[in-house]
Amino acid sequence: MRQTLRTGAARVMLGLAGSAALATGAIAQEANLVIDGEIEIVTRAPAPDHMENVSEIVSGWEYRSPETQAVQMDDFENPGMIGVDNARADFSAAMGPDGQSCAACHDNPESLEGARAVYPKWDETKGEVQTLEMQVNECVTERAGAEAWNYTGTRMTEMIALISSVSRGLPVNVAIDGPAQPTWEQGKEIYYTRYGQLELACANCHEDNYDNMIRADHLSQGQINGFPTYRLKNGKLNAVHNRFKGCVRDTRAQTFAPGSPEFVALELYVASRGNGLSVEGPSVRN
Amino acid sequence: MAENVTPRVRVPKEAAAGEVITIKTLISHPMESGQRKDKEGNLIPRSIINRFTCAFNGETVIDVAMEPAISTNPYFEFQAKVPQSGTFTFTWIDDDGSTYEDSKDIAVA
Repeated sequence: MRQTLRTGAARVMLGLAGSAALATGAIAQEANLVIDGEIEIVTRAPAPDHMENVSEIVSGWEYRSPETQAVQMDDFENPGMIGVDNARADFSAAMGPDGQSCAACHDNPESLEGARAVYPKWDETKGEVQTLEMQVNECVTERAGAEAWNYTGTRMTEMIALISSVSRGLPVNVAIDGPAQPTWEQGKEIYYTRYGQLELACANCHEDNYDNMIRADHLSQGQINGFPTYRLKNGKLNAVHNRFKGCVRDTRAQTFAPGSPEFVALELYVASRGNGLSVEGPSVRN
Repeated sequence: MAENVTPRVRVPKEAAAGEVITIKTLISHPMESGQRKDKEGNLIPRSIINRFTCAFNGETVIDVAMEPAISTNPYFEFQAKVPQSGTFTFTWIDDDGSTYEDSKDIAVA
């Protein structure tokens, strides 16, 4: 009996080793993330010119297990799409004193195709760099006269997921020159600054050590082309600023607030590191 | 009681006679277990879908009893043999007595 058990255990070990080898193989091969057999996603691309220390940019999808990767390849199985469906209903829901809705100006979500790919971007009237969330809230408060949505609340994150979903497959292409440049420089400064008791900068993990293990976690490049992201760890859609907050907290620092000018600058910089990858949101990660 | 409950079903539109097809179903539902407490320490009452059935032309394909440990937005994937054209009907039964239904036609070539 004992003998049988041991053999069984050995088989399990072999099975695990086999699947690990497969996973490594998948990373070495050409990207093959195709959603629903229709939307082709670029998960590997040459790094944009402004990146000095990285030659190839890689989507976080490449670093996940084959099972997690498969969930994102089928919209029916992607739990993030439930949020997208909720937002689709919300898109034509009346709000504010005049009963305005997103659909009153934008007809349908598909008319916002391409928006996700170029945000955060410079807003001439406001004189600042705006994230997609800020733009949505501008519509909600100034156009519809309703109360602003919580920056990282469920309603906002699902709406961002909807706007991202119609841009999937388009290359990320945020502008870093012109009036946006000072904000981009600020974001870069934050990216390379060590924070917290552990004295870790974003770059320490996501530039110096991507593809290495940090204890049990497989470090990615920290690309944000897949946000909002459905995370298996908390079973919901996660906004990018919440992810930043989680990372900074893990360095044992006081974090910036979601929606703060620091995180907006960081979002612009990190987004620009993904220029050339496809918009993926809502993606699935662990 | 539960809000925003939306059933989603994926069935192939056509199949060969006797073919085994894969059916995927997902329903958005909070599946409150009845074990959790709110901020004041009061028990949040249980509210789950306790039964899921699928029938083909009236004949039962599967009938599932569901328990509180099942996660939010329960997903089922199963297979069925299709002898002739017909309709799959899907029914989810909530603790509060409400039922959610969906149906899909399939044509056998």
